[in-house]
Amino acid sequence: MREELLSIIEKNSRIDLKELAIRLGKEEIDIVNELQKLEEERVICGYHTLINWEKTSIEKVTALIEVKVTPQRGKGFDRIAARIYNYPEVRDVYLMSGGFDLLVILEEKSLKDIAMFVSEKLSTLDSIISTGTHFILKKYKDHGTIIDEHIKDEREVIS
Amino acid sequence: MNVPLNETVLSLKPSGIRKFFDLVSEMEDVISLGVGEPDFDTPWHIRDEGIYALEQGKTFYTSNAGLKELREEICNYLKRTQNIEYNPLSEVLVTVGGSEAIDIGLRAMINQGDEVIIPQPAYVSYYPCTLLAGAKPVIIDLKAENDFRLTSGELLNAITEKTKVLILPFPNNPTGAIMEKEDLEKIAKICIEKDIYVMSDEIYSALTYKGKHLSIASIEGMKERTILINGFSKAYAMTGWRLGYACGPSEIIKQMTKIHQFAIMCAPTTSQYAAVEALKNGDDDVRMMRGAYNQRRRFLMNAFKEMNLPCFEPFGAFYVFPCIKEFGMTSEEFATRFLEEEKVAAVPGSAFGDSGEGFLRISYAYSIENLKEAMTRLARFVEKLRNGK
Repeated sequence: MREELLSIIEKNSRIDLKELAIRLGKEEIDIVNELQKLEEERVICGYHTLINWEKTSIEKVTALIEVKVTPQRGKGFDRIAARIYNYPEVRDVYLMSGGFDLLVILEEKSLKDIAMFVSEKLSTLDSIISTGTHFILKKYKDHGTIIDEHIKDEREVIS
Repeated sequence: MNVPLNETVLSLKPSGIRKFFDLVSEMEDVISLGVGEPDFDTPWHIRDEGIYALEQGKTFYTSNAGLKELREEICNYLKRTQNIEYNPLSEVLVTVGGSEAIDIGLRAMINQGDEVIIPQPAYVSYYPCTLLAGAKPVIIDLKAENDFRLTSGELLNAITEKTKVLILPFPNNPTGAIMEKEDLEKIAKICIEKDIYVMSDEIYSALTYKGKHLSIASIEGMKERTILINGFSKAYAMTGWRLGYACGPSEIIKQMTKIHQFAIMCAPTTSQYAAVEALKNGDDDVRMMRGAYNQRRRFLMNAFKEMNLPCFEPFGAFYVFPCIKEFGMTSEEFATRFLEEEKVAAVPGSAFGDSGEGFLRISYAYSIENLKEAMTRLARFVEKLRNGK
């Protein structure tokens, strides 16, 4: 049930317990217990909402920043990663394979904010060797959801 | 002018589905529960393979029986999923959907005056195809109390000296019924004793929710007397690609291939290349879709329970078949009023044979959101009828 439960709430975390229980053929109490376990184990790390900010009046600029760093003795990349992810404006930090080490995703109100963050905060950290900043121009698909998808049933009504 | 028209064709009644379809298409904003095809798009890697075949200019006929590679993959699939071994060179024919296989299979086996046993409720094409092949359809009315399974008693009662073929449509459209091992073994025993051939339409075989589908062809002594029909429409959400297949004894497949060759030439080439990809790498897609259908099936069964609408629990296809006899209307009247008063389209059970009277076919090839709204309306409608309005 775990896998099926996760695949449902990954797409819709607002689904109510009763419906989950029905769809999975379980009792509500089993679902409650399983969710609690998943949260305790940090398998479920949070319940978020996918928002298309472009449709709001709120300005958001998203940047992907490639960061090369010098790993620290005994701590590898974890310590420098923590120094970066503790900034609240940093949305995601990933350790990467390939041509750079950390991918930092930043969400800010303006280009200027991002420039300020990179030049004044990120670049000045000790172990940072270089950064490369890319801006997102348009989101087509986010978290497996096609942003502008208009679902229309093309099928014949009866067949 | 004397328009030339064939008498048998003239005598065929248009499908009951068609009649209801005409009614529905006149209305706007209808929520439909009426489709017999998946709501999923064909998985992208399968579509991509079709596109790639076109890009490479693979736009010619294939051999009449279908691409050799596809026939081999079909054999691998049947071996892997149902442990039946067919020879791809002589025992497989790729057809234009399962429906072509039904038609030419009957035409290849039947002589004038033979009888074909058709358990109903069932898909609408067996009856007319039997008539067109020159045989006499013998109907078995399956019963709700048997969960719409075919029993040995019912089969024995229908058999005469003229019986040639039994059509075995499980998992069933419209009831969602399945046949399990014990059920099939009893049927197999009779078929062997009475020397009857079976046309087993297993187009919904990938969609079962209580263990794996079992084909009657896998029972000892049955492979040599069974035409197994399957296809890509339901399992891989490929209805529009029009691709199915028949497997069976080489003597019959050989004759079917002749009809196919003269009438069709070969199944669409693009679809055949896409189907190879489906069989090779599509198992995960099927699993995902089956999981989604199963959740919806449970959702509907629970909704019926809450509105006290009797419905046996179906374990196959993507249909549920609730009983509406308590309202004292024919299923056509019920479906028509439901459509007019709540704007929800479901197909009257009577469209699938007389034994479907008193039932409604509800398809769950729809999103949960769609089903939720439809069930809210059904509950309201049922309540209204029970209050005598």
